[in-house]
Amino acid sequence: MKRIMMIAAGIIIMATLTTVLAKDTTMSVQIRKGSLRTTPTFLGSVVGNVEYGEKLIIDETRGEWLKATSQSSHRMGWIHNSAVTKKDIKMQAGDKTAEVAASSGELALAGKGFNSDVEAAFKSKNADIDFTWVDKMEKIKIEPEAMLEFIRKGLIAPKAGAK
Amino acid sequence: MRNIIILAALATSFIIAGCKTLETVTNIGTSLGVATGTISAQQAESINKTSTAVGKTFEEITPEQEYYIGRAVAATILKTYKPMDNDELNNYLNTIGQILAAASDKPETFGGYHFLVLNTDEINAFAAPGGLIFVSRGLLRCCKNEDAVAAVLAHEVGHVQYGHGLQAIKKSRLTSALTVLAAEGAKNFGGEQLAELTTAFEGSIGDITATMVNNGYARKFESQSDEAAVTILKRVGYNPSALKDMLEEMDKLSHPGQGFAKTHPAPKDRINDIQNLISSAGPVIEPNERMARFSKVQPSI
Repeated sequence: MKRIMMIAAGIIIMATLTTVLAKDTTMSVQIRKGSLRTTPTFLGSVVGNVEYGEKLIIDETRGEWLKATSQSSHRMGWIHNSAVTKKDIKMQAGDKTAEVAASSGELALAGKGFNSDVEAAFKSKNADIDFTWVDKMEKIKIEPEAMLEFIRKGLIAPKAGAK
Repeated sequence: MRNIIILAALATSFIIAGCKTLETVTNIGTSLGVATGTISAQQAESINKTSTAVGKTFEEITPEQEYYIGRAVAATILKTYKPMDNDELNNYLNTIGQILAAASDKPETFGGYHFLVLNTDEINAFAAPGGLIFVSRGLLRCCKNEDAVAAVLAHEVGHVQYGHGLQAIKKSRLTSALTVLAAEGAKNFGGEQLAELTTAFEGSIGDITATMVNNGYARKFESQSDEAAVTILKRVGYNPSALKDMLEEMDKLSHPGQGFAKTHPAPKDRINDIQNLISSAGPVIEPNERMARFSKVQPSI
C-alpha cells in the first residue's frame, strides 16, 4: 500500500514538474506565420504576429494553448502548441551550428532537407507539373471576422474554450 | 574517395541495423571508419555529432518539409484533375474547412489549410500533407446539406492531422536523403547533393500519390480519419450523423473500382467503425440560414 502511494505521489510530482518546467521555456515558431492572441482560442483577437524561427518565452500553459512573449517584439499572447517546437530552429546554418547543437540533440535546421531549392529543382525536372493553382489555393485565407459571422449566422456552436 | 567510403559504411550500417536510430547506426558506421583507418577519431566525432543533429531533423519531418512535400503532391494531383475556378464555391469550402481545421488536433501547419474544388464528376477527395485539400464536384454532389460538406472536409483534415500521407513515404527515400545530409552537415548543398535530395523528394511524392490516387490507405487510417471527423464536427457544432449520411449516399452512387471506391474501404464497414461515436446524435436538422447558404452554392457544384 505504502509503495503504491509513493508511486502515485511520484507521478503527481512529475506531472506538476512538467507544467512548471514549461514556464520560461524558450520555444521556436515552426510555422511560416502565426499569431499571439488575447484568448486561448482561434477566434481570439490578434495581439501580434510571429514568424518562422521566432523565439517565444512560455509564461503559462492551458491545455493545448501556451501564453508566450516574443523575444523580439516583446508582445505577449496565446498561441496553439502546434505552432511551436522545443527544438531550436536555426534560420542561418553556420559550420559550427550542427556541432554546437548536436550535443543537446535539439536542433532543427530551417531550410534543410526538402526546401525551396529542392522544389525549384523538382520543377525544372518536371516541366509538366504546374504549381499555379497550388500558389492560388494557398492564398485563400478566410479572415476571423468572416469566420465569426459564418458561425453566428449558421448557428454553429463551437464549444467554449475548446479550440 | 574517403567520403565515398564513409558514406558506404553509413549506408551499409543503416541497412544492416534496420530499425535502429540514426544515432546508433552512425556510431557503428564511424566506428567502422576508424577501425579501417579511413577516418580519424576526430572526424568520426564530427560526423557523429552532425548525424545526430541532422538525423533528428529529418527522421521527424518538420512542418516546413511537410509543406514542400504537400505542395508537390498537390501540383501532381492537379496534373490529373482540373481545378474549379469558382471563387464563391471555393470560399464557401475554405470558410467551413478552415473553421474545422482550427478545431482539429493539428490546427497549425506551416502554410495552413487550404481547400480547392476539382472539376470532375468522379467521387473523390485528396488531402496533401501540410493541409492542401481537394474535393471533387462529384463528391460535393453527394452532399444534401452543409453538415455533409463539413463531414467530408473534416475527414480530409483528419488525414492531415494524422500525417497519413507522409507515412506512405518509403523508408528508403529518407535513407538516401539522410545519407546526403549526414555527409554535408550544416553547409549549403552543392549541385550533386541537391540532385540526390531532389531524387529522394520525387520518390517521396511518387509514394504518396500512388497511395492516395491508386492504392488507398489502410482501413485503419480511414477509420482514424472518420473518428477524427466525428470529433471535429462535434467540437465545431455540426451534426456527426452527417458523416454516416454521406457514406450511405456515396455507397448508392459509387461505381466499383472507380474514384473513392477504388481507394477506400466499403462505406458499410466505415459506418460500422464509427457507429458507437455517433449513436447519441439524432438526424441532421439544418437551420434555415445554413440551408440557405448551402442552396446558394449548390447550383455551381
